[in-house]
Amino acid sequence: MSTFLNLLVYGLADGAILALAALGFVLIYKATSVINFAQGEFLLVGAYMFYTAFVMMGLPLIAAVAVGVVVATILGVVVERFILRPMIGEDPISIIMVTIGLSMLLNALVQMFYGTSVKSQPAILPRGSVDFLGATVPLNRLLVILIAAVVLTAFTIFFRRSRHGIAMRAVADDQQAAMTMGISVRRIFALAWVLAAVSALIAGVLLADISAVDQNLAAFGLLVFPVVILGGLDSVPGTIVGGLTIGLLKQFVSGYLDPGLATVIPYVVLVLILLVKPYGIFGETRIERV
Amino acid sequence: MATATGIYHRTYSSELRLRSTRAELFRLGLMVVLLVVLPFVLDNYWLSIVNTILIAVIGAVGLNILVGYTGQISLGQGGFLAVGAYSSALLSERMGMPVPLAIAFAVVFTAVIGTFFGLPGLRLKGLYLAIATLASQQIIEFIIRRWGWLTEGRGYITLDRLNVLGWTLPRESFEQSWYWILLVLAAIAVMAARNLFRTGLGRSFMAVRDQDIAAEAIGINLTRAKLTAFAVSSGFVGLAGALTAHYTETVTWEAFTLNVSIMYLAMIIVGGLGSIAGAVYGAVFMSLLPVLIRELADVVGPAAPWLSAQLPAIQNAIFGLVIILFLIIEPRGLNRLWERAKEYIRFWPFRY
Repeated sequence: MSTFLNLLVYGLADGAILALAALGFVLIYKATSVINFAQGEFLLVGAYMFYTAFVMMGLPLIAAVAVGVVVATILGVVVERFILRPMIGEDPISIIMVTIGLSMLLNALVQMFYGTSVKSQPAILPRGSVDFLGATVPLNRLLVILIAAVVLTAFTIFFRRSRHGIAMRAVADDQQAAMTMGISVRRIFALAWVLAAVSALIAGVLLADISAVDQNLAAFGLLVFPVVILGGLDSVPGTIVGGLTIGLLKQFVSGYLDPGLATVIPYVVLVLILLVKPYGIFGETRIERV
Repeated sequence: MATATGIYHRTYSSELRLRSTRAELFRLGLMVVLLVVLPFVLDNYWLSIVNTILIAVIGAVGLNILVGYTGQISLGQGGFLAVGAYSSALLSERMGMPVPLAIAFAVVFTAVIGTFFGLPGLRLKGLYLAIATLASQQIIEFIIRRWGWLTEGRGYITLDRLNVLGWTLPRESFEQSWYWILLVLAAIAVMAARNLFRTGLGRSFMAVRDQDIAAEAIGINLTRAKLTAFAVSSGFVGLAGALTAHYTETVTWEAFTLNVSIMYLAMIIVGGLGSIAGAVYGAVFMSLLPVLIRELADVVGPAAPWLSAQLPAIQNAIFGLVIILFLIIEPRGLNRLWERAKEYIRFWPFRY
C-alpha cells in the first residue's frame, strides 16, 4: 500500500510538471499551428536562467523568478519574431525542422555557457516528508502538485476571463474572423510563445528542484508528445489529463515492472492512440480523410 | 553554348536523356575524373571521411524519396538504419551468411519494417506522422538497447573484416577498397533513385505529395503508393545501415539515436527537398561541416584554447543555426542555390 501511495504521489508530481510543459506546447499549436520540438529546451533554458539568477547571482527567490520570467518572455518574443514568423505559410515539414534546429541551437548554447556537469542548486521546496495513510510521502512532490495545479488553474481562468485570453481563443478558432474583429494576430502569436516559454520556465524550475539542474531536463521535454497526443493536440484540459496519465503510467511501470520499460511505454501509448483515436481524448476532430 | 536559347528535343531518345547539353556532360565528366582521382590523392583520414559521406549519400537519397518526393515526414531514420545494421550484422556473423547476401536480406528486412511503421501514414498526415515516426524511433531504439539476444548481452556486435566470396579486404588498402565498393553502390543508388522518378510509380509518389486527394481522384492507389514509398525508402536506408555495420565493423545503439534521424533530415533540407542531387549535396555538406569545424578549431586552437574545449557544443550550435538559416533564407536548399548560380552565369550580364 505504501509503495502504491508513493508511486501515486511521484507519478502525480511528474504528471503535473508534464502538464505544465505540455500546456505551452498546446498553446503554441492552438494559436499558431506550429509543432514546437524545442519545448524541452525551453524547460532547460528556464531552469538554467533561474539557476543563474538564484545561485550564481545570489538573488532572492522572488527576484530570481522575476529574472526567469523576463528572460523567458524575451526568448518567446525573439523566437516568434525571428524564427517562426518568416516561416508562416511553409509546409509542416519545414516548420517542424526549424523548431528542431532551434532545439539543437538552444541546447548547444546552454552547454556552451554552463558545461555538461550537474549543477547543484539549494532546494527551494522543503525536503521533509509527511506520513499519509501509513506511507511516507515527500513533501516537495506534494508541493509540486499543488503549485502546478495553481498555475494551471490560473492559465485556465486567464483563457476564460481575460481580454487577451479570449483573443487567443478567437485566433485559435479562426484567424481571419479574429482579424476582422480587430485582434492583432501577430501580437497573439507572440503572446502564445511568451506564455509557452513562461509555463516551460515554471515546469523547468520545478523539475530541476525535484531532480537536478542538468541537460536531462531537455530529454524530459520529448515526453510532451505522448501527453499531447493522448489529451488532444489542441486541448488545454487534455494536457492535464494526458500529463497525469503519462506521469502515473511511467511511475507505476517503473515501480512495479521495469524502470527501463518505463522510458518507452509512453511512446507505445502514443502509437496506440494514434492508431485508434488520432485526435486524442479531448482533441477537436477535423475531418480530413486520406 | 552561351548562344543556345533553350533545349529543343527533336527525337524521343534525346528527350529521355538525363543530360542533354554539352555543359552538363562536361560537368559529369569532371565529376567522374574527380571521383576516380580522389582515392589516390587523399590520405586515409580524409578517405575515411569520404567513405562515411558515401554511406550518408545512400541514406539521404533514401530519406528524400520518402520526405522530399512523397511528402511523408519521417523522424525514424535512425531506427531504420539500426534495423539494416543489426540484421546484416546478425545474419553474417551469427548465421554465417555470405556478406552480400546478408546485406541484401538486410535491405529487404528493413523495407518490411519500414512498411510496417509506415502503416500509421495511411491515416495520418504532416504533424501527426512526424510524431508517430518519432515514437517508432524511440521504440526501435529501446529494442536495440534492451534486447540482450541481439548482442549476446554485450551491448555491441563486432564484425569481421569484409569478406566477399572468399576475398578478404586487404588491411593495407582498407579505405581505398571500401571507397570503390561504396562509390559503386552510392552511384547505383543515386541513379536508381533518379530514374525512379521518371517511372509511373515515382510520378505517383509526387502526386501523393502535391495533393493526395487529387492523386486518388486520378486513379492512384494511395495505400499502395504510400506503403511502396516507405518500403523503397527504407530499403535504401537499410542498405546504408548495413554498409555502416560492415564498414565500421562494430554495431552499437549509440550510432542510431534520434540525433541521427535529425542529422539526415537536416541533410535533405539543407540539400533540397525533392531533389536527388540535393540529397547528395546535403549529405556532403552536413558530413563535412563538423570535420571542417574541427579542422578550423585545430588551426586557431593555440590562440583560443576555450574553442577546442567547447567544440561539441559549437558544432551542435552551428548545426542548429545552419538548419534554421537554410529554412528561412533558402528553403529549397543547396540544389536551388546551385541552380540560381548557374542561371546567373548563363544570363549574365542580364538579370533574367
